[in-house]
Amino acid sequence: MTNISEGLKYTKSHEWFDPTTGRIGISAFAVEHLGDVVEVDLPEVGTEISQGDELGTVESVKTASEVYSPVSGKVIAVNEALADSPELVNESPYNEGWLIAVEIENNEELDSLMNSASYQEHCSEEE
Amino acid sequence: MTQLVKGFLRKEPPIFAKSVPGHIGCSLRDVKEDFADIPAEFKNEEGPALVELSEVEVIRHYTRLSQWNHAIELGSYPLGSCTMKYNPKINEAMARLPGFTRVHPLQDESEMQGSLKLMYLLERSLCALSGFARVTLQPSAGANGEFTGLSVIRKAIADRGEGATRKVILIPDTAHGTNPASVVLNGFEPVGVSTGNAGCLTLEVIKPYLNENLAGIMVTNPNTLGIYEKNLKEIAAAVHEAGGYVYMDGANFNAIMGKVKPAQIGVDTMHFNLHKTFSTPHGGGGPGSGPVGVTKELAKYLPVPVVEKVENSFHLRYSSEDTIGKLHPYYGNFGVLVRAYTYIMELGEEGLFKATEMAVLNARYMRKGLENTLDLMFDSDTLHEVVFSDKTLKKETECTTMNVAKRMLDFGLHPPTVYFPLIVAGAFMIEPTETESRADLDYMIETVKKIVDECHTNPELVHNAPVNTGIGRLDETYAARKKILRYTPENTK
Repeated sequence: MTNISEGLKYTKSHEWFDPTTGRIGISAFAVEHLGDVVEVDLPEVGTEISQGDELGTVESVKTASEVYSPVSGKVIAVNEALADSPELVNESPYNEGWLIAVEIENNEELDSLMNSASYQEHCSEEE
Repeated sequence: MTQLVKGFLRKEPPIFAKSVPGHIGCSLRDVKEDFADIPAEFKNEEGPALVELSEVEVIRHYTRLSQWNHAIELGSYPLGSCTMKYNPKINEAMARLPGFTRVHPLQDESEMQGSLKLMYLLERSLCALSGFARVTLQPSAGANGEFTGLSVIRKAIADRGEGATRKVILIPDTAHGTNPASVVLNGFEPVGVSTGNAGCLTLEVIKPYLNENLAGIMVTNPNTLGIYEKNLKEIAAAVHEAGGYVYMDGANFNAIMGKVKPAQIGVDTMHFNLHKTFSTPHGGGGPGSGPVGVTKELAKYLPVPVVEKVENSFHLRYSSEDTIGKLHPYYGNFGVLVRAYTYIMELGEEGLFKATEMAVLNARYMRKGLENTLDLMFDSDTLHEVVFSDKTLKKETECTTMNVAKRMLDFGLHPPTVYFPLIVAGAFMIEPTETESRADLDYMIETVKKIVDECHTNPELVHNAPVNTGIGRLDETYAARKKILRYTPENTK
């Protein structure tokens, strides 16, 4: 069974959003399918992004994959550690491997995201 | 059946590490005097920092490196979507005829009639096979052909005064990966459409886009699942009705040559890959060539020059008010054109059609042979290639598509294309081509079966593969994370 972190909100395209910290990352399910991550391309602090827009790309030895923003808002932090250590995304997708943090604009968007239980179900359907 | 690779392989350092001061590979006279009148400030008395080796040292170095490689001359090369068929040696012999090699592209037309005639006849042959009115031979490979065809569409739309509004090009999820890039380079907007459970496009999914913003659709046919787009005729009619154009990515033309003329099912423009369908060298051994066919309506937009026949002689026509311009110096990769035309003449109409049938038969034989070993994600009939998934393998063992692919090298086989197309999880895409014998196909099938068996009984072995090749398992992750792009003695461990 895929490791799914409680308390986070998930998208169908396997991104997670942490409502308390504003952090965005990709799920363990996504990481398993990508394989070893070798490069992460992220927006700059201050960029305005909308829900569903491409916020960056995660490149693995197998493929390059777009990451879509779970919510709309302004980028307030970027995980600088990933530039030198992209493996953090593999090793710790929900903690040290976070991608960016945003200041969410509209809390109602959270309703469109899945909780961990429904995300678990979504993953088993995709397996 | 076990044919583990054993050979005469030697360890070989980079050529820079082999340099010995004073070794020379050719005898040049002292040229210093020839350059006596060059001002001193432009002179480099030290000369370039070239490797110093004798001729035999250089020959041995590269011959040894070549032995680490796989090649179609060594064994099967079922790299899906790439059509790695054997390239007959007569192609090389013809391309080396002095009449072709000793002509300069700027020579007078009267002195290169043979070359112009070859280009004219190759164009006519490609037109006959596809149903198009004209074909440009200039594009240097598939993606360059895509760019050309889309530029033609862009110009045609601009001429109608709709350049500002008709921006959308539809691209199904079974298209080649270069298609969206070609669309963007032409200032269009790519919009992805999904294929259904049958693995092919339906009119239903494109209906919402049939409006005044539609510039066209770009369809790979047969698509990257090896499935024929059976609704293309109906879709093309609908796209035309809405004012758009139909581009067909003809990289997989080898699956339908002689069976379908794309122009007759409503395709407006399409590229051919001479380095796939017409057996010219491929990849690093290229260059490629991607001629583009167009309908009569679009012919005036083709790049110049075009070869015209006037009475019994051949001429290059540069005058065309509507041309999209030039895409390639001179007339394209001419040596490749000679090889492709040789292939067409060698096989003849009947032979070309037979090649299509054999390519499909071989791929279906592979599909049948492996259908109980790996997963098939679509039931539809497939043509020249077949895409498996590692779904069950991954569930039951610790091995994946990548592990199986690496292990194939130990048996002297090039692996199939892996992890493409993206719509199949752990894709394992086999295109055997028509040049493989039944014994070759059986060997591939038995080998994959044996490896899948090993995944269950000895996963360690498969994880460490390849073990019998000159260079063992490379650490791809390390290489991608710590990029060392320039050789120095210090950074080579």
